[in-house]
Amino acid sequence: MLGGAPARAPVGSVPMTTAPMTIPPIIDSVAVAAATPEKEQPFAALGLREDEYLRIRSLLGRRPTSGELAMYSVMWSEHCSYKSSKTHLRKFGQKVSDEMRKNLMVGMGENAGVVDIGEGWAVTFKIESHNHPSYVEPFQGAATGVGGIVRDIISMGARPVAVMDALRFGAVDHPDTERVLPGVIGGISFYGNCLGLPNIGGETWFDPVYQANPLVNALAVGVLRHEDLHLANARGAGNKVVLFGARTGGDGIGGASILASDTFSEGGPTKRPSVQVGDPFAEKVLIECCLELFAGDLVEGIQDLGAAGISCATSELASNGDGGMAIELDSVLLRDPTLTAEEILMSESQERMMAIVAPGKLEGFLAVTSKWDVETSVLGEVTETGRLVITWRGETIVDVDPRTVAIDGPVYDRPMVRPVWLDAVQADSAASLPRDGDLRAQLLALVGSANLADKSVITSQYDKYVLGNTALSYPDDAGMIRVDETSGLGVALATDANGRYSYLDPYAGAQLALAEAYRNVATSGAVPAAVSDCLNFGSPENPEVMWQFAQAVEGLADACLELAVPVTGGNVSFYNQTGDVPIHPTPVVAVMGTIDDVGRRIPSGWQDAGDNLYLLGTTALELDGSAWAGVMHGHLGGRPPAVDLPRERDLAGLLAAAAHEGLLNGAHDLSDGGLATALVDACLRFGVGARVWLDELLTRDGIDRTTALFSETGGRVVVAVPREEDVKFTRLCEGRGYPVARIGVTDDGADAEPVLEIQDVLTVPLAELRATSRAPLARFA
Amino acid sequence: MTARIGVVTFPGSLDDRDAQRAIRLAGAEAVALWHGDHDLQGVDAVVLPGGFSYGDYLRCGAIAAQAPIMHEIVAAANAGMPVLGICNGFQILVEAHLLPGGLIRNEAGAFVCRDQTLRVENATTAWTHGFEQGDLITVPLKNGEGGFIADAETLKRLEGEGLVAFRYVDVNPNGSLDDIAGLTNERGNVVGLMPHPEHATEPGFGPDTPSAMRSGVDGLTFFRSVIERTLAAV
Repeated sequence: MLGGAPARAPVGSVPMTTAPMTIPPIIDSVAVAAATPEKEQPFAALGLREDEYLRIRSLLGRRPTSGELAMYSVMWSEHCSYKSSKTHLRKFGQKVSDEMRKNLMVGMGENAGVVDIGEGWAVTFKIESHNHPSYVEPFQGAATGVGGIVRDIISMGARPVAVMDALRFGAVDHPDTERVLPGVIGGISFYGNCLGLPNIGGETWFDPVYQANPLVNALAVGVLRHEDLHLANARGAGNKVVLFGARTGGDGIGGASILASDTFSEGGPTKRPSVQVGDPFAEKVLIECCLELFAGDLVEGIQDLGAAGISCATSELASNGDGGMAIELDSVLLRDPTLTAEEILMSESQERMMAIVAPGKLEGFLAVTSKWDVETSVLGEVTETGRLVITWRGETIVDVDPRTVAIDGPVYDRPMVRPVWLDAVQADSAASLPRDGDLRAQLLALVGSANLADKSVITSQYDKYVLGNTALSYPDDAGMIRVDETSGLGVALATDANGRYSYLDPYAGAQLALAEAYRNVATSGAVPAAVSDCLNFGSPENPEVMWQFAQAVEGLADACLELAVPVTGGNVSFYNQTGDVPIHPTPVVAVMGTIDDVGRRIPSGWQDAGDNLYLLGTTALELDGSAWAGVMHGHLGGRPPAVDLPRERDLAGLLAAAAHEGLLNGAHDLSDGGLATALVDACLRFGVGARVWLDELLTRDGIDRTTALFSETGGRVVVAVPREEDVKFTRLCEGRGYPVARIGVTDDGADAEPVLEIQDVLTVPLAELRATSRAPLARFA
Repeated sequence: MTARIGVVTFPGSLDDRDAQRAIRLAGAEAVALWHGDHDLQGVDAVVLPGGFSYGDYLRCGAIAAQAPIMHEIVAAANAGMPVLGICNGFQILVEAHLLPGGLIRNEAGAFVCRDQTLRVENATTAWTHGFEQGDLITVPLKNGEGGFIADAETLKRLEGEGLVAFRYVDVNPNGSLDDIAGLTNERGNVVGLMPHPEHATEPGFGPDTPSAMRSGVDGLTFFRSVIERTLAAV
């Protein structure tokens, strides 16, 4: 059956193609279900296992109606229920200190976590995947990924203020990348720009492991005053349940269960109709409408409709509230009047919200939605019955305990096994690769590799100006947004993940992703405060993948505890594999930090000639999993760079102090491609060159030039210090005991063209570096 | 006294608050106007902001041009009130026939966001008299449908009568004919352009300049020009 047309699978009792409108179809009501226990039901085609189906029967004491089956199938899908990841994700809740709880207003489990950033302001942010839809239909898949995460932010009572995205594609020169990448970028650009949200950064990587499984992780951040915080729950019997926004259509049916909770297979169904279609105009209006509803105190709570649509919104609102709700499904406004009840329950049509409204406030509520021309219908009300009851054409088609749908779904402790191939891979260190050779050519090879290349072909399609509060954006290490126009209070955000590291060691890989995002935020001058993660993995039914997942979660939870930054929420995306080959484990980590005054922000390049360049941190021979090993030798083996979290914490403290005193004109973190890449990026940021010497590093750290230039040791940042602040800065480093070495000066070339010169090693004009850096993605211009 | 400048919010307007902020930074009072009203609230000038009014369905600006408040704005513009259309606002002015020509999808097919150099071609309008003719200014540009087109006769008239207000320099980002970035009407009170002067009004949040990142404030002159003209007229 899955090979047919899963998106329109006739889960009702009547095949929809043969039902003439004149003969009323037999409704599979609760009474009918009770009377026909033997009826065969298409649970497998809806993605349910037989034991799960039997559990539903036992919970209900009868077979489910087709409507109930539809609800359980989407809500018990991997995507909605986290059934394979739940036992592991608990670690994020267990490994928490008082320091981490201090500023956390809302933790994991809500639509998005909320963090107190001071001055009465709070920030909510979250990163979420839209991987599978973006492969099937790149433009709409990516567009609705942005739309979905933004609605999560709105439902907390916050105004969305920025978006970012973490993207992974197959090889840059693969024909399918030419289909997927422009579609994904176009979709993000279309939706985000039309919503009026600045896109302030993110990352784009290419690797053949993502060929048939691109990753589209979208992040949104919103701000709110403390008193405006709202939680989505249905309390107060008699309160109205209101659906508003776009009409419900036949798009995205089974998006969560059939699309996002299964692997792709060669020659399988296209699954295209399971992708939702987005209308950013409708969502922009919905944002303004919701904010006005919150401001007028006209709602008790608002829940967005995303995966699993009305099934999810009703069961979650009821579960999080008093437990009872009665809904008339006939009141749902439809785009297509031929939709069946089951399709209405499962539809993932975008730009819809569900509100709980006190009866006395309904008139005011409707006045606001009418002002914004937002269609609204009252579906029913909150009850004290403890049951979610849904009627359709006069018959009761759903009568369930909502908790069994939304909360108490199946939980699996899936088998895990350390991959047998891992020992051999870890033994194959890049340290044995030849490190001699022309360093100028090696530098240009790295600069001209797709992952380190200039991504402005992509980012120039995003509006970075709208809302007028963008203090930093791509290509700076972190994006930064002003929150308070009077005080200058702001937040910085960075996302990072290195699938190559995580392939070599998922525990360390997740920690390194956190360390890099944390460092990027610190490099901008902000103080890291909280984490959201999007954990992208292969099939959880593969014990090796499950082991990678468990390791990554453990690593991330341990590192968050060490760095004292709480995980506020996130998302798991499994089944990122085609056939038997999973993607590299890709735990994308987003770190949010705060800064008292965005006027003190630090760009990731040097703006002026004559500044001293200092390298913070020491360098070891750590080329395993590096960009250098990949680009120069096509090599992936060994163990990723050592994780030294106390050092990262010290470094962040040092950078915050230096930024606060205004000692830095520029700072760039060292990560992929090491010191060489950081120098190139920092030169190209404003077109100011540099003269750099390595001798002191080579002697102090006992390394060779290749290692000095390309090693990816953590805990390192290169900073530009104006001469008048030199003494203060070096004293600050000494006082904090952080290793520091002066490695050069910035130089705009005066009358000659600016160059990056590494003494006794290489000299490259910035023009050549820029041209080389732009070449790999030029095909997408 | 303080000049009062209205900013219209249509459903789908995005840079309306940014235009209000720019007006305040320039020293005037910003007045929020609603697309569904017929009341200009006695403002001295009006800004039609950027965004995607009504989702830009049909054609960019086409539906907004028929909004209730546009009846008042067209009448006021014809009576000499200064009106500035930015990006989507420019498209609305064209659809409302306050300015000639049309705006089509960018030549490259994609949305583009960049710091754009412009040459001021007409420094006599209500919104540009604070510039000198030939001034080079940097203003952020961000649009998907900014390619200016017009028939040969209209183009000849625009050029001949000095109605081209701004021209793209160095890069023509959208394939506009004659590198046209913005226009004025004959009277000089109605100006429309694709780039966003309201995003070059606050140090730290504008385009990069040679002296410092995001420090460009060339857009302030638009708003100061109209404030000065408004106050001089009282």
